[in-house]
Amino acid sequence: MLQLKQISKNFGGLPALSEVTFTVPKGQLTALIGPNGAGKSTLINCITGVLEPSSGQIHFQNQQITALPAYKISRMGISRTFQNLKIFPRLTVLENILTGLTCEGGNSMLMAMLRLPYLRHRERKLKLRAMDALDRFGLADKINWPAGALAYGDKKRVELARATVGQPQLILLDEPVAGLNAEETAAVGEQLRLLRSAGHTMLLVEHDMALVMEIADQVVVLDSGKCIATGSPDEVRQNPLVLEAYLGRMDATA
Amino acid sequence: MINKQKILYFIYLHRTGLTVTGLSLTLLLYPLFENNPYTLGLTNLIAINAIVVLGLNLFIGYAGQISLGHAAFFGLGAYGSAIATVTFEIPPWPAMFIVATLVALVALLIGIPILRLSGHYLAMATLGLNFVVHTILLQWDEVTGGPSGFSGIPYLSFGDFQFDDETRLHYLLWGAALISLLLCLNLVRSGIGRGLSALAGDEVAAEALGVNTRNAKIKIFILSAVLASIAGSLFAHCYSFVSPDSFGIFTSTDMVIMVVIGGMGSIWGSLFGAALITLLPEWLDLFETYKDFVHGGILVLVLMFLPQGLVTGLIETIKVKLVLRRRKDAAT
Repeated sequence: MLQLKQISKNFGGLPALSEVTFTVPKGQLTALIGPNGAGKSTLINCITGVLEPSSGQIHFQNQQITALPAYKISRMGISRTFQNLKIFPRLTVLENILTGLTCEGGNSMLMAMLRLPYLRHRERKLKLRAMDALDRFGLADKINWPAGALAYGDKKRVELARATVGQPQLILLDEPVAGLNAEETAAVGEQLRLLRSAGHTMLLVEHDMALVMEIADQVVVLDSGKCIATGSPDEVRQNPLVLEAYLGRMDATA
Repeated sequence: MINKQKILYFIYLHRTGLTVTGLSLTLLLYPLFENNPYTLGLTNLIAINAIVVLGLNLFIGYAGQISLGHAAFFGLGAYGSAIATVTFEIPPWPAMFIVATLVALVALLIGIPILRLSGHYLAMATLGLNFVVHTILLQWDEVTGGPSGFSGIPYLSFGDFQFDDETRLHYLLWGAALISLLLCLNLVRSGIGRGLSALAGDEVAAEALGVNTRNAKIKIFILSAVLASIAGSLFAHCYSFVSPDSFGIFTSTDMVIMVVIGGMGSIWGSLFGAALITLLPEWLDLFETYKDFVHGGILVLVLMFLPQGLVTGLIETIKVKLVLRRRKDAAT
C-alpha cells in the first residue's frame, strides 16, 4: 500500500536517512523501530509531507506522493499522530475530534457562511461520527471538556481518535504510548489491536519493544538512517545486526 | 420534569439561533426606548466597529495571524465609496459592492506575499500597509481631498426612504452588523471553521488534518478585508464626511484591542469588545484625554495575563478549573 524507494534526507550535508526502502502492506501493522536518532521521526515527516526527501520516491496506492504538500497527502487518506501531542487545548474534546473530519465538512466558504439545510444535516452526521469515535476510545463522558484539561493518557487517546475518525487508508502513529504507564499502554495496545482487526493499515513508530513485538505483523529496523532489517518480530529479534544496534558490538567490548 | 428537560435541551441545542433572535429583537425595539440621537449615534458606531472586528477576529482568533493594518481596508472602503458616489456619481449601493470587490482584489494581491510571513514580521508588514494607505489618503489631494477630508457623501436610500437620521441608521447599521454576525457564526461552526481553529492552534497539525493553510489564511484575510471595506462604506454614508484621521494606525490598534478584549476566536466576544472600547471614553473622562495610554495599558495587561483574550480567557479559566475539580473528585 505504501512503498518507500531509496528515501534519503540530508540536513545540510548531514545524512539523516540514507536509501531507506520498505513497503507497508495493506491491512497489516508495520512497526518502525530503532535507537534514538535513527531517523524514525524524519521518515514519518517525509511520508506526511512535512519534510521533502532529498532523493527517492514514495508511492501510496500506486500514486506518487513524494514532495506533495502535507494537506494533499492527508486528503489522500494518510492520517497521523504526533510524538509530542498536537491536540488543540482550547477546543473541547468533541471539537478536537471534529477537526479530524475537516476535509469532509466541505470546501466552500460561501456555502459554510450560508449554512443551508444540507450543511446542517451533514454537520449533524459528522458530530454523530465524532461521538462514535469518542465512545470507542472511552472518552464519551468528557466530550465537552476543554482538551487542555485532560490527563496525559486521555490526550493521547484524543489524538488517536482524531487520527482514526476520518476512516483513513493509512494511520501513522508516532510513539503513541510514550510517557504512559503500563496500564495505559495496555489500553492503547488493545485499541491498536481493535483498529487492526477492523482492517486499518498502520505504521507504528515505537520504543516500547514489548508492545511492538506483541502486535506488529512486520518490523522494520532503522539505525543511523539506514534500514538494517525487515521481517516478522521473531526474525528481527534474532537478527545479529539488530542486536548490535541496540546492545552495541559484542567483540568491541570484549 | 421530563418536559422541563426537553425545554432545556431545546435551548441548549438552539442556543446560537436563540441568542441571535434575542439580540435582533432587542435591537429592533431599542429605538422605541432610546430616542436620544447622541446615544443612538454611539450605538451606531458600535455596529460599524463590530463589523470590522468580526472580520479581524476571524483573522486573528481563527486563522491565528496578526494584522495591525485593518484600518487601511476600512479607509479604502470609506474613501472608495466617497469617490465612487461623488466623483464618479455611481449610485451608493452598487458603489459599495464595486468597492468591496476592489478591496478584495487588493487584499488578494497584498495577502499572497505578506501571508508568507508570520508573527512580528506580519505585524510589521500590515502596519506598513496601513501607513502607505494613510499617506496616500493624506497626500493625494486632488482625489481624496487631503487632510481636510472628503465631504458631501450622499446618504444611502431605498427609493425615497433615506437613511439620514440616527434611528433609521440604527436599523441599517445594526442590520448589516447582524448579518455579518450570522455569517461569521455560520462560518466558524462549519468544517472550514474547524480547519481554521486548527490552524490557529498549530499549523503543522492543521496541515496533517488536510487544511490548505496557505489558501485558508489568504481567504480569511480577504473576507476580513471585505467586511472592513463594507463597514468603511457604511461609515462614509452614515457621516457623509470622511477624513484620513479616522484610518490611521491608532484605529488599527484600537480594533486589535477590541478583538483582544472580546477574546481570540470568539464571535460574540467581538461584539462585546467593540461595544466596550467604543463606550469607554464616554463613561470615563479620563479616557478622553489619555485614550491611547489606557488602550495600550489594557492591551499589555490582557496579553500578559490572558493571552487568549479577556472574556474568553476568563471563561476558559473557569471552565478548566471546574473540570479539574471534577477530575479530582472522580479520582478520590
